[in-house]
Amino acid sequence: MRYALLVCFDENTELSEEDLERLEAEFMGFQEEIEARGVLVSRERLRPTSLSTTVRVRDAGLVVADGPFAETKEQIAGFYVIECDDLDDAIEIAARNPGARYGTIEVRPVWEI
Amino acid sequence: MGDLAQAQAAVAEAFRSDWGSVVAYLIRVTGNWDLAEECAQEAFERALERWPRDGIPTSPVAWLKTTARNRALDRLRRAAVGKAKLEEIAMTAPAARGHGEDDSGIEDDRLRLMFTCCHPALPVEAQVALTLRTLAGLTTPEIARAFLVPHETMAKRLTRAKKKIAEARIPYRVPAAHRLQERLRSVLAVIYALFNEGYGASAGDELIRRDLCTEAIRLGLLLAGLMPDEPEALALLSLMLLQDSRRAARIDGDGELVTLEQQDRDLWDAQRIEEACKVLDRAVRQGRPGPYQLQAAIAACHAQAPTAAATDWREIALLYARLSEFAPTPVVSLNRAVAVAMADGPVAGLVLVDELEQTGALSDYYLLPATRADLLRRLRRDGEAAAAYRRALELVQTEPERRFLRRRLSEVSSERSRSSALPGSSPSSTRPS
Repeated sequence: MRYALLVCFDENTELSEEDLERLEAEFMGFQEEIEARGVLVSRERLRPTSLSTTVRVRDAGLVVADGPFAETKEQIAGFYVIECDDLDDAIEIAARNPGARYGTIEVRPVWEI
Repeated sequence: MGDLAQAQAAVAEAFRSDWGSVVAYLIRVTGNWDLAEECAQEAFERALERWPRDGIPTSPVAWLKTTARNRALDRLRRAAVGKAKLEEIAMTAPAARGHGEDDSGIEDDRLRLMFTCCHPALPVEAQVALTLRTLAGLTTPEIARAFLVPHETMAKRLTRAKKKIAEARIPYRVPAAHRLQERLRSVLAVIYALFNEGYGASAGDELIRRDLCTEAIRLGLLLAGLMPDEPEALALLSLMLLQDSRRAARIDGDGELVTLEQQDRDLWDAQRIEEACKVLDRAVRQGRPGPYQLQAAIAACHAQAPTAAATDWREIALLYARLSEFAPTPVVSLNRAVAVAMADGPVAGLVLVDELEQTGALSDYYLLPATRADLLRRLRRDGEAAAAYRRALELVQTEPERRFLRRRLSEVSSERSRSSALPGSSPSSTRPS
C-alpha cells in the first residue's frame, strides 16, 4: 500500500544558518533511514510557493496567474511516496519525519492502479 | 414459556451478548466490514427460523459465528470475481488472517475491533458511532437518535468511517506495545462515552440503554483484565461500576431524576460499590494518577458516605483541584467550586464561580448561573439569586431541570418562610446523579 506524506509547514518561518543546517541534516537522516527500510518510493522537495504559477482552463480560455492556488498558513514543502503495510506504519514513519516537529505531515493513500 | 417464545428469547439474549463477538470475528476473517455486518444480521435472522425448530444450540455464539461465516463464504463465492475472489481465498486459507493472535498477544476479536473503531485517524464522533454499531449492535437510526442527528447524517458518518478504514487501510489489530499507551486514551474515551450514553437521563428505550452500560462495563472489565498494569483502565472500570451502583436510586417512581443527596442510599448496590473500590485501590497503588482515577476517587467519596451530610467535601474539593491539573476544563472548575462551597461555605464557592464567569467560558452553560443562583440563595441574597435563576432558565435545555429551576425561582421570588429554606441545602442540580 502506497501513501504520500505531504510535508507542510510555514515557509515564511525565519531560520538561522545553524537551524537550516541542522534541518537539512535531519531530513537527510530521515531519507537514509527510510531508504534503508526499503519503504521509499519517491521524494521531492518543493521550492517556495513564491515561485508557483497557477494554470486554469475555463470557458474563456487559459488563465495563468502568479502564486499558489490558495493562501494557507502552511504550504506543501515537499513529499514522499512510501510503500508500507498499513496506516499505522505510515503514521509511524510520518512521525519520524523532522517536518512533523515543525509543521504537519498529511498522510494520504495513493490510488492503487 | 413455549418453545417458540423460549427460542426467540434466546435469540434476543444472544443478540445482546454476542453481536459484537460475531461481527468482530467476521471482520477478522473477511476483512470486509459491510459484509461482516450483513452476514451477522443474516445469522441472527436464521437463528430466529432455526432455533424454534431445531432447538437452541449448546453454544449460541459458536453457532452464530459459523452460520455467519458460511453466509459470507456463500456470498463471496457467488460474487467470485476480483476483490471478492481474493477475500474468499484469504478467508479459506489455513491461517485465516493470522488466526487469533497478533504481536500484542491479545486474542479477543472485540478488543481488536475496539482499537480499530477508536483509531485516532477517525473523527471522534465516528469512533463512538462505529463502536455502537459494530460492538453493541445498535442500528443506525438508534445511534442517530442517541446523538440527536438526522438518520442520513449518521449513515453517512458510518459509511465514511468504514470507507476510510478500508481505503486508508487502518489495521484491524490491537496496537503493538509501544503504541498502546497513546491509543488506549481514545479507547477509554469511547468506552466511557458509551457508558454515559446508556446512563444518560434523556428519553429512550430503557433496555437499549441498560445494554449500553452493560456492554461498556464488559469492555471495561475486558480491558482492565488485559491491561492490569494500566491504572486508567482500572480506574475507568471503577468509575463506571460506581455510577452504575446508583442506578436503582437515581430515577423515582414518576421517572424524575433524583439528585445524589436525595437518593435513598439503601437502594445503592453495596456489593458493586465494594467491588469498584477494590478496583480503584489497585489503580491507586500503582502511583500514577490520571483523570479517570481522580473521577473514580470522587465518585467513591460519594459512594462511601453513609448520608449526604456525611460527605467528605473537603476531600472532594481537593480531588477536583487535582483533576483540573489533568483536565483543566471549565466544567471541572465549576464542580470544584460546588465542592468548595460545600466544604467552606457559599462565599468561598462564589469567589470561584465569579472567577470562572470572568473567563467567559461556559457563558452558554445553564449550570453556571444555576450554581451561582444556588449559592446566592443560600446566602439569602434573594434578589441576585432570582436574576441568576432567570438567566439559567434562559439557557436550560431539558424539562426536569427547567422544572427544578422554576421551583427554586418561585422560592426566592416570594416571601419565603425562613424555615423552609434549609441553610445546609446544596446546589443539588450540579451534583452528579
